Amino acid sequence: MLSAPVKTIRMALTGNDAGAEAMRQIDPDVAAVFPITPQTELMHAFAAFVANGKVSTELVTVESEHSAMSATVGASAAGARAMTATSANGLALMWEIVYIAASLRLPIVMPVINRALSGPINIHCDHSDMMGCRDSGWIQIYSENSQEEYDNIIQAVRIAEHPDVLLPVMVGSDGFIISHAMEVVDIYPDEDVKKFVGDYNPKYGLLTGKDPMTVGPLDLQDYYMEHKRQQAEAMKNARKVILEVGKEFGSKFGRTYGYFDTYKLEDAEYGMVAIGSTAGTAKVTVDRMREKGEKVGLLKLRVFRPFPGAELVHALKHLKGLTVLDRSDSFGAEGGPLFNELRASFNEETHKPLIRNFIYGLGGRDINLEDLENLFRKTMDMVKTGEGAGSSQYYGARGDE
Amino acid sequence: MPTLKEMSHRPERLTGGHRLCAGCGASIAVRQVLQGTTEDVVVGCATGCLEVATTIYPFTAWKTPFIHNAFENSAATISGVESAFRTLQRKGKIPMSKDVKFVAWGGDGGTYDIGIQSLSGALERGHNMVYVCYDNEAYMNTGIQRSSATPLCASTNTAPAGSCSVGKAQFRKDLTMVVAAHHIPYAAQASIGFWNDLVKKAEKAFAVEGPAFLLVLAPCPRGWGFPNDKAVEIGKLAVDTCFWPLYEVENGVFRLTRKVPDAKKKPVEEWLRSQTRFSHLFKPGCEGWVEKIQKHTDEEWARYLEMDGKKIF
Repeated sequence: MLSAPVKTIRMALTGNDAGAEAMRQIDPDVAAVFPITPQTELMHAFAAFVANGKVSTELVTVESEHSAMSATVGASAAGARAMTATSANGLALMWEIVYIAASLRLPIVMPVINRALSGPINIHCDHSDMMGCRDSGWIQIYSENSQEEYDNIIQAVRIAEHPDVLLPVMVGSDGFIISHAMEVVDIYPDEDVKKFVGDYNPKYGLLTGKDPMTVGPLDLQDYYMEHKRQQAEAMKNARKVILEVGKEFGSKFGRTYGYFDTYKLEDAEYGMVAIGSTAGTAKVTVDRMREKGEKVGLLKLRVFRPFPGAELVHALKHLKGLTVLDRSDSFGAEGGPLFNELRASFNEETHKPLIRNFIYGLGGRDINLEDLENLFRKTMDMVKTGEGAGSSQYYGARGDE
Repeated sequence: MPTLKEMSHRPERLTGGHRLCAGCGASIAVRQVLQGTTEDVVVGCATGCLEVATTIYPFTAWKTPFIHNAFENSAATISGVESAFRTLQRKGKIPMSKDVKFVAWGGDGGTYDIGIQSLSGALERGHNMVYVCYDNEAYMNTGIQRSSATPLCASTNTAPAGSCSVGKAQFRKDLTMVVAAHHIPYAAQASIGFWNDLVKKAEKAFAVEGPAFLLVLAPCPRGWGFPNDKAVEIGKLAVDTCFWPLYEVENGVFRLTRKVPDAKKKPVEEWLRSQTRFSHLFKPGCEGWVEKIQKHTDEEWARYLEMDGKKIF
């Protein structure tokens, strides 16, 4: 399947173990850890690496996620490569500092094991945690499986630390579905990953700079807006860097990454856009329906921030009908976050598919092959009758059908 | 302990020209505490008067590396900086011979209240840092609101004195003891009114391995209601009335660092009358409160005398 230029080691790993492997190879200077399901085992594994001298990381065993992000900000501002990881409510507790990390332009990398935000309290997968902070100024990358989680975390370091970017990156992986499922993962040799990631020597740092610097000053009406503008520019710059890093990663390790992947989409008439592990199920659905002669295809979105609107439109505009799957709601909005942004991206297009939105899988509600086939059928019905175009509905909740 | 002359030759790490109010106790606290070491210092600071008035972009009053993150996380932030230092030294990016002191600042709101979790966590983890709370007994940066450091009967904008209120209805939290109960090597309570006591405590705090804590009374002319030129005198009066005892807890041993003899002990009323935040206590309808505060102060002082020289943790 792959012709990796490097020798890979094939291992059976859970998503959390794969994330920890990436962190072991990255060997960050500082990592702040705090338990939250389903992220916990990732940091268990990493703490064991620290305890056994496999990494040189200083582990900061904080008393909350708020302090996890605060200590990570402190370490990163000091001039160290700093990481942490979290899920759902933990990310919510970090919220204030998540924004600060981005505005201070600190290249922190944080695996987020996606879980439904409370309440009601629920520990299972949806994307409400990361989608909730989609405007925080972090780059957001989502993974389909453990391999992608591992690959994405490694790439995230390069993207975050690129001098034209200097923004934090969160790498999302579906809670339990990826984090706790054992899968085959190709692990690349330590020295190759370390070489790819490179040594970290930032231009600025509290401890590493020549002159004393003040980090986090009060920024009033006369400068705040310029700093926000710089953040926006950095996010624009990230577009190019994400592709460059994804390509370089491919040339080194055999798997090339872009903003998204398409699956049998080129000649399809009916399409689906999904994020995360659902894309894996959807590929099998596409295969099954293709066997029956149905012209269906899939687009799996990897990068949500920066949002690759133009590229998505280019890849999807030939379709007759398109279903956008959102694994989180945006209450009171006209559909889920992915639907809203994608639909807006199509606005100036004259030739475009009919689009509809389904909000599914909240709090870990299962989505299976039959469900996805059903959703493709609904897309076909929409094209046939025009009904449902532009709508957003829940799928798979009691009372929907 | 350096002499005053020696100290006068030490470089200022917080320069003049910052925008703190005239007569502010916080900047005095910073300058005195930072006289406690000649090593390089990295300063962390919680959101508050000290931070907003010393770092208005594109200016900074700090001649040391400085980081402000948010209101409640000064301790957690500096714990990240300190952890980075240890790794970077281990990796050879900072010479092993280099000594750097890490000091986190917070006001009483940022320390007693919203930042106490972050502080407690950092103390328990044992970071090599000095945490200093400049205590002006209310949220002053936002405009004088009560905190858990605000003393009984002080009038603030969220617990104002009024026809149905004597001001704050509760005693202040005993933060130094809360911190000392973490069994850290050094915790002390000081006042900007006694610079020699404070600098000595700062020296000890910087010298210990592991976390150290200083709670420094920093009178606030605006919030307390006294003339701009009286901050140091007010800081002395707090101690001489035994309202603010100076003490330290060193390796668990409690020691009063200024034992006010009974003959020199001033009545608390003198302290209360010096500030307009207590002025309602001297108007009709508030009888008995001054006595209540005096009684509480006496009881606390007796408790401190009892503990003096003893291992309490």
